[in-house]
Amino acid sequence: MIWLYLALVLMAIAGIFVILRQHEPELDPENRLVSEIDSLLPQTQCRQCGYPGCLPYAEAIVSANAPIDRCPPGGPVLRRALGEMLGRTGSSGRPAVELSATSFLKVAAIDESACIGCVKCLQACPVDAIVGAAKQMHTVISKECTGCELCVEPCPVDCIFIADFTADVERWSWQMPIDGEHRLGFSEPS
Amino acid sequence: MNMRELSSFRGGIRLDSHKGETQNIASRTLPIPEKLILPLQQHGGVAAEPCVEIGQRVLKNEIIAEARNYFGMRLHAPSSGVISAINKFPVIHPIGLSTDCIELTTDGEDMARGLNTVNDVTSLETEAVYQRVAEAGIVGLGGAGFPAHVKVQEAIGQTVDMLIINAVECEPYITCDDRLIQEHPGEVLAGAALIARVIDAGECIVAVEEDMPAAMAALKGVPSARIELVSIPAIYPSGGEKQLVTILTGREVPTGLLPIDIGVAVLNVATVVAIFRAVFSGKPLLDRLVTVAGDFCSPGNANTLIGTPIKYLLEHFGVSDTSNHRVLAGGPMMGTEILNLAAPITKTVNCILVLHRETAENLSNACIRCGDCLSVCPVGLQPQQLFDAARTSDVDLAQELHLFDCIDCGCCAYVCPSQIPLVHYFRYAKSSIEALDRDRAVADGARARHEQQLQRLSAKSKIGARSGLELADVSALDPSELERDIKAAVSRSSKRRQNENEL
Repeated sequence: MIWLYLALVLMAIAGIFVILRQHEPELDPENRLVSEIDSLLPQTQCRQCGYPGCLPYAEAIVSANAPIDRCPPGGPVLRRALGEMLGRTGSSGRPAVELSATSFLKVAAIDESACIGCVKCLQACPVDAIVGAAKQMHTVISKECTGCELCVEPCPVDCIFIADFTADVERWSWQMPIDGEHRLGFSEPS
Repeated sequence: MNMRELSSFRGGIRLDSHKGETQNIASRTLPIPEKLILPLQQHGGVAAEPCVEIGQRVLKNEIIAEARNYFGMRLHAPSSGVISAINKFPVIHPIGLSTDCIELTTDGEDMARGLNTVNDVTSLETEAVYQRVAEAGIVGLGGAGFPAHVKVQEAIGQTVDMLIINAVECEPYITCDDRLIQEHPGEVLAGAALIARVIDAGECIVAVEEDMPAAMAALKGVPSARIELVSIPAIYPSGGEKQLVTILTGREVPTGLLPIDIGVAVLNVATVVAIFRAVFSGKPLLDRLVTVAGDFCSPGNANTLIGTPIKYLLEHFGVSDTSNHRVLAGGPMMGTEILNLAAPITKTVNCILVLHRETAENLSNACIRCGDCLSVCPVGLQPQQLFDAARTSDVDLAQELHLFDCIDCGCCAYVCPSQIPLVHYFRYAKSSIEALDRDRAVADGARARHEQQLQRLSAKSKIGARSGLELADVSALDPSELERDIKAAVSRSSKRRQNENEL
């Protein structure tokens, strides 16, 4: 008998779950558009657009009709994608840049011998990509750094520099062949 | 002749095989090089974790790097000596990147750690066989480098109708599998029988290309029940895994799936021999046969230690000046140009090919829409349309045209009358899409961390306001005190810099 009760309780719980799922509040169209735009933005949180972050910029595009070409890390690829999504002008057709020229091309590094452990860069980093503690050496987690450069200005000893991203075996890409370039393998006897 | 009726895959081409130049020459064994460079990553999985220190003495067979996870691969010392560096070294890479390697300075004594041999492999349990394969650090030796123990484990877990031992060495010049079979036919068949038993395969086929008559004869000379020998027509790329499955079963492996998903297990013949040696004598993968061929006078095959610098290998074949040559790892159709000959032989390198650099520049012309590429593509893609998608960086169109089903075989570029480097375009398109996905993942991580930071900061200000708690954080410190500390540190730092400058 107890098994029957148990089964009934389980079924009831499952039923509640199903109902809850159906009544999950759906995003209204405007919020959905904001999150779709936000998913295209590079998430550098660099504020070069003039807004305090990527999400605020996305919100401004939707609600305040902010221009869609204010994101330098996203570049022409982003502008084209936003133009297509929103049906706005300001997108100039196909981008002239190559696909592999994506946003994360810069990375911050700390000259650790000069770091005095002031934690100012830690507070400035919008994506928690710097580790350290007061009066302890700080360092950048380069895999998580978006190259936003916001840590450079607060550093009192100027020991943070921004380097170009260098390819390694985990992050590299083939380049577009140059027209008229040699073929890789051997060619058919003519 | 074959008892089995063979199907054929679409497309493909007949190539000048160049195999006669090396297939009848006995393979040689090189003297141990002074230095071995062992990349921590030699296959498709995760890089291994070094478990030795600089200056440590190691014996042959000793583990020097351990697998990080199930798809990882451990690394053994191919000879005895001293670990002299753990650092970045140039490796075989399309754009010449370096990667983390262990450098072993050999002592020439080749002292070995004892191996755990088994007297009777036929009585070994499945689990024990799997364990011995995983311990030996074996990857697919045909080129793709998939971990062998993972492949065996997948096959154990599924119903396998057919086990195919792939000895269809379809790229021109390469004869290392051919030589391996001619020199060790008994081990090939014993290995095939062992794996067929362990994965409980319905039938077991050793597929040999028709260009390899001596290898076929050697296999026929060994009595073996239950193993069928099949000769495969020499149409490139018949040795491609999915193409070979189609030839032998008449079925196509659907897009996005592997042969094992339709009940077929495929293993390269050199991998099978390595598995047999690991299970029978506990031998880890320390060396492999490498074909050294191309436009020079004394080509052949060499039993080469993993980590041997390519320059050293070439010198033993009398090739010292390569200024007028292109040196490729792999065959002429799919090989990678080696940009630095200091790079080492890894587990997946089957051939070092030295070709004359063509004197007249073969420039590519515009596509004339002849459709030749379409008729040779063994996968049934439309290379001409894919080319347009890649050239204009249209990632959506490229994926709609099934770009990722392309196997990089090079048939389309080979027949293209306009000499368009089609495979290069497709590799560019594939890696661009992968880079976009990678960047998207980085962006998602950055967004999540930013959101967490905002939540954390707002929570902290709420707690602070409510309870007046002193938080163990700089934001709770007295600002003027903090400012003083920083000024003091700045002056110390600038004083130190001044001192350094004076020095």
